[in-house]
Amino acid sequence: MLAFVVRRLLVALSVAFTVSVVSFMLLHLSGDLATSIAGPEATAEQVEDIRKQFGLDQPIVMQYLHWLWDALHFDFGRSYYFQDTVMGLIGERLPITLTLGGIALAVATLIAIPLGVLAAIKQDTWIDRLALLIAVIGQAMPSFWFGLALIVIFAVNLHWLPAGGNATWQHFILPAIALGYYATPAMMRLTRTGMLEVLGSDYIRTARAKGLNERTVIFKHALRNAVIPVVALMAVELGFMLGGSVVIESVFSLKGLGQLAWDAIARNDYPVVQAVVLIIAVFYIALTFLADVINAMLDPRLRVR
Amino acid sequence: MSVLLDVKNLQVDLPTANGMLHAVRGIDFQVNRGEMLCIVGESGCGKSMTSMALMGLLPKRAQCTAERMAFDGTDLLTLSKKERNQIRGMRMSMIFQEPMTSLNPSYTLGNQLCEGILKHKKISRSEARERAIYLLERAGVPYAAERLEQYPHQLSGGLRQRVMIAMALMCEPDLIIADEPTTALDVTIQAQILRLIRELQQEFGTAVIFITHDLGVVARIADWVAVMYAGQVVETASARQLFSSPVHPYTQGLLNCIPVPGRTAPGSHLQAIPGVVPSLVGELQGCAFRNRCDRASTECTRSQPQLISVDGGQHQVRCPVMTQQWQEAV
Ligand SMILES: Nc1ncnc2c1ncn2[C@@H]1O[C@H](COP(=O)(O)OP(=O)(O)O)[C@@H](O)[C@H]1O
Ligand SMILES: [Mg+2]
Repeated sequence: MLAFVVRRLLVALSVAFTVSVVSFMLLHLSGDLATSIAGPEATAEQVEDIRKQFGLDQPIVMQYLHWLWDALHFDFGRSYYFQDTVMGLIGERLPITLTLGGIALAVATLIAIPLGVLAAIKQDTWIDRLALLIAVIGQAMPSFWFGLALIVIFAVNLHWLPAGGNATWQHFILPAIALGYYATPAMMRLTRTGMLEVLGSDYIRTARAKGLNERTVIFKHALRNAVIPVVALMAVELGFMLGGSVVIESVFSLKGLGQLAWDAIARNDYPVVQAVVLIIAVFYIALTFLADVINAMLDPRLRVR
Repeated sequence: MSVLLDVKNLQVDLPTANGMLHAVRGIDFQVNRGEMLCIVGESGCGKSMTSMALMGLLPKRAQCTAERMAFDGTDLLTLSKKERNQIRGMRMSMIFQEPMTSLNPSYTLGNQLCEGILKHKKISRSEARERAIYLLERAGVPYAAERLEQYPHQLSGGLRQRVMIAMALMCEPDLIIADEPTTALDVTIQAQILRLIRELQQEFGTAVIFITHDLGVVARIADWVAVMYAGQVVETASARQLFSSPVHPYTQGLLNCIPVPGRTAPGSHLQAIPGVVPSLVGELQGCAFRNRCDRASTECTRSQPQLISVDGGQHQVRCPVMTQQWQEAV
């Protein structure tokens, strides 16, 4: 198991390195950064000044190594637009997005897995149909629309929960539901399919032949094997929520990482863009790593690979 | 010899797209305590469906009826789920055909061996482990104690089947149903497993229903034999009677397919039964075997033959033509 973890960690690190190179290069090759920072009215002289000032006149490899060295010390430079260091901005925004993503994933998991299990056990009954209906609606409904609907019902009409902001934990409930609901259908269907497949397997028949009660058969023998692909999907979904929470953050006026990325892209604030891309990528890689480790704990066959 | 399992007119129906598939069409048999009944027949004749019906493990959509399905005097069909679970695994257990997939990949062998007995009996964890180690050793699994911590994927198919055998014996059941336990294994391992099952059966005095498509296997281990064809028992007798005087043309055909020491001349040809098994969808008209039978006459198309005794005792055959011939000859 330890060898497995070390091996996976090395893979994760090399992926993180590759991502940092690619994202750095893409941004720098996408156009002349000095010109776009200086703005459309700048003279050629001003552009040259900026080029020097930001070190953009150096060879790109040097620029990258310089940036990487600083990044490894959690120094991503200063934002061009906000009066703050990039690290300061991220330290302020990341917790909001992480809280949102974490609660959203919890919401999605708590709905998707029990519903998927139930749909599989009650295959072809009205419960199964209802679960499918929820999944289809979830996939068809845009998340901003669902978020707005939640605001109208629970904030505007019922006054149960606040409509926007991030002052208390109550502020996170509606956006987390809106974001989590989006991830629910895929997880639910994967749980259902996995359960159906496992429930038809020979070792479930063996478990039943032992005279174990249905609860043990389903929760001990079936669920553990059925959730393995779901765990991998959860990592992907959470990564997606972190990167893609822009819409929900703007609907609920949460100043999270998604909004920061959006603002930074709109304003050519490239140190911020680079840092956000790297951080999201690193989270994504860490989640995949975590999912691999959890799956290896669930299924001993995965440990040898 | 007291009867442990008494089955009368067991039927299993499966709805399919083409109509109702009658996988088991009213079979009767009895299993005595401590004896080995072999059910033999070609693949698809309903052997597995029969064993699943006995264990209560049929697919949900299958319909199972029987006039009687009594296990040690208890009617299995009227039991509640909970009562059934108290018998299943505890007093009757099963060994399956597929050792590679019949163990849960995610739990250790120790966990899977012990969970049944821990549920059924008042026994401590360490006592359960000791019993598991003892039975693994008896089943010929080397390094039994260390195996408890291993996972199924670390064992070969032959070893996994030995683990399944040990698992089936954990609660000292009265009856073990073994559904083609050697079919998926290499030939050399088949012989070992076969010997093992016979040995353990005699040592522990367990009754066994051994299901196979191979009469050669039957000849080596059976006390009683039931020959199945198209969801019915066509001949049943003690092993001795069946091999010395087979009556049903299908049994005779099967016997001609295997070499018998002392009877088959070296170098002579073994026969195969020509033709194919009839579809099990819908009702049968007349004898199910008639289109493959070289003695079939118009009489065989008219009515379904019944299982009748040829010797006034336990030797029963579902073929009036041959029964009459046999009786006249005697
Ligand atoms: N799950 C199932 N659904 C529909 N038909 C089945 C199913 N399992 C088996 N059958 C059919 O039932 C008949 C008996 O099958 P089975 O008992 O498995 O035969 P055997 O074990 O003797 O080879 C076969 O014709 C087979 O095609
Ligand atoms: Mg079978």
